[in-house]
Amino acid sequence: MPNTKPRRLRQVAATSVAVVLGATALAACGSSDEDSEADSGPVSLTYWSWTPGMDKVADLWNKGPGKDEQITVTVKKQASGDTLVTKILTAHKAKKAPDLVQTEYQALPTLVSNDVLADIAGDVDGVQDKFAEGVWQQTTLGSDAVYAIPQDSGPMMFYYREDLFKQYELEVPKTWEEFAETARALKKKSPDTDLTTFSANDSGQFAGLAQQAGAKWWTTEGETWKVGIDDAATQKVADFWGGLVEEGAIDNQPMYTPAWNKALNTGKQIAWVSAVWAPGTLTTAAPGTKGKWAMAPLPQWSAGENVTGSWGGSSTAVTTDSKNKSAAAKFATWLNTDPAALTALAKEGGIYPAATTAQTSDAFTEPPAFFSNQPDFYTQASEIAKTTAPSAWGPNVNVAYTTFKDAFGKAAKDKSDFGAALKTMQDDTVADMKKQGFEVAE
Amino acid sequence: MTSARRKAYGVKGAPYAFLLPATILFALFFALPIGYAIWLSLHKVQVKGLGLGSGARSEVWAGLENYTDALTDSELLAGALRVLGYGAIVVPVMLGLALLFALMLDTERVRLAPVTRLAIFLPYAIPGVVAALLWGFLYLPDVSPFYFVLDKLGLPQPDLLDGGGLYAALSNIAVWGGTGFNMIVIYTSLQAIPAEVHEAAKLDGAPPLQIALRIKIPMVAPSLVLTFFFSIIATLQVFSEPTTLKPLTNSVSTTWSPLMKVYVDAFGKGDIHSAAAGAVIIALVTLVLSFGFLRAANSRTKQEEAR
Repeated sequence: MPNTKPRRLRQVAATSVAVVLGATALAACGSSDEDSEADSGPVSLTYWSWTPGMDKVADLWNKGPGKDEQITVTVKKQASGDTLVTKILTAHKAKKAPDLVQTEYQALPTLVSNDVLADIAGDVDGVQDKFAEGVWQQTTLGSDAVYAIPQDSGPMMFYYREDLFKQYELEVPKTWEEFAETARALKKKSPDTDLTTFSANDSGQFAGLAQQAGAKWWTTEGETWKVGIDDAATQKVADFWGGLVEEGAIDNQPMYTPAWNKALNTGKQIAWVSAVWAPGTLTTAAPGTKGKWAMAPLPQWSAGENVTGSWGGSSTAVTTDSKNKSAAAKFATWLNTDPAALTALAKEGGIYPAATTAQTSDAFTEPPAFFSNQPDFYTQASEIAKTTAPSAWGPNVNVAYTTFKDAFGKAAKDKSDFGAALKTMQDDTVADMKKQGFEVAE
Repeated sequence: MTSARRKAYGVKGAPYAFLLPATILFALFFALPIGYAIWLSLHKVQVKGLGLGSGARSEVWAGLENYTDALTDSELLAGALRVLGYGAIVVPVMLGLALLFALMLDTERVRLAPVTRLAIFLPYAIPGVVAALLWGFLYLPDVSPFYFVLDKLGLPQPDLLDGGGLYAALSNIAVWGGTGFNMIVIYTSLQAIPAEVHEAAKLDGAPPLQIALRIKIPMVAPSLVLTFFFSIIATLQVFSEPTTLKPLTNSVSTTWSPLMKVYVDAFGKGDIHSAAAGAVIIALVTLVLSFGFLRAANSRTKQEEAR
């Protein structure tokens, strides 16, 4: 409230130093390591995770394999996404990061670059085979090191209102061209209805779409980073969505708002380009439409292709601050490869596991309750997951993502050139890397 | 002899002993964090090569680089201008309403004064984030009852989350929340005006409006200065309202106000050094503007007294 608190004055300065205080506070909650000699005697580990029900999965470990190995894991519930990255970096500054952290794939290079993540390659022999190559490659950053074990993945899919598609006599689009025509056809039949919206408030969606088109945003060549956010593939994606917004074929308002919920719930928006976790979101956003949705593979850039991107997904990593790295790696491996653990993760946390065997396990024979009308939901999902294009993350994804929100938010609002917004994203990302001293080639 | 000396020593040391707790707290929770922020703002991260693995990243002296970057960043200036526009609506409207309500409550013929006072004050008790969320819902055409009514009546429906409407929308939240507090401050000092002053004016035949304009307002000028001072500071630091409205619309960028830029630098981009520099600049500007205003107000009062 901008009224009258004189103490605000101090708070300005305090905003920046909250980081310091935060570190102290974190030190208090992250200090459960005992001073045990490396991996002998009872070990207790702290794990920062945002997956709901993770404490119950950790209990399984503590009562089962963990008891035999004398490794106890305590889960500390965290906020997800970028805020957790900052929190981990701050805790690491005070040398008090927890033993284990959950982290999104795109944050791995940032954390590795800050020397937060330990190389656990020596402790995870043979684990690689349990994961699809495109998923595993994200945890090695293309090196011999292993910085994390994949936990869940978010292959992208196309969700649509089956009943309304029938009502408006629309075909499920197989290519992006058909997608655009579907949007236009719908506008003609029902001017108040939109096929979907282009939302600028979740950068992961756009990144996944670019990934599908073959974009490689960050690559390395020797000791030099190459930033390709503005590459031909991403330009194609940006121009496509920018064109649809400009001609008014789709909406331009952000998702995850009360208005968006209502649009989905009342059939004012009848499709959503999303990922495997969409049923959970739709359950809360559009509870009235249960059983009316269906899932299909993402439209393709050229007919006959079969590629998807990924949106979301995370991994379990061991920090350099951990005094018991091998024990932590053991737990991370169990958590993400053991059938009992994965089933519990799927049930308690509602995640879609990255381990390929788990994707067809017992936990995924039934479709999600919201999609009871599509019995083979997870069979299809695991087929789609196999087609995930490899991704290429760099050390300042957070900067690119923040710039995306502002640049594309403005472009969507003004219905102006998305290509210019993409250029801004590229320039800001490169400028930030150069400022930090990275060797960058454009 | 010894006891006398001890007594003398005790008396001498007493003021310092009394000062000690405050000094320690001041140093620990005020001077030290500010000092650290300034130290951070003078450093930056330097990366070598690919910047992966241990030892690739070090903190080096940056001099004033973070400051020059912040000051030449058009986004910080643009944010400051947006906040200026926002303040130009909030401060006059909020203080004007507060003064008006206070004067009305202070008239003789007012009924239900305690209830009214409480009703006007109540929004202040609602946390800023909650207020912003609440109004955010009311501003979204698809879920707002206001838009429903406007639609039914066939009236035009303004877009309150874009362009000029956005300023009105944000200001409205601030005015709604802040008027009550300022009203109480002004009202309290109105109550402190001795009754004989009113009476004398009334006996001289001054109508209520004249009493308000010529007697009451000049006499509560110090509290007006105070509320104005507080409002300026609060305006320069606006953060929670635009941050709460941001997810609802494309019109509010992550760097809409200068403080939001500091937040995004620190927690979105993970660059605490730039964030520290931004914070120091905002603190300095706030200090200069608010104390500059206080000074000007004080010297004017003194001139008037001298006259």
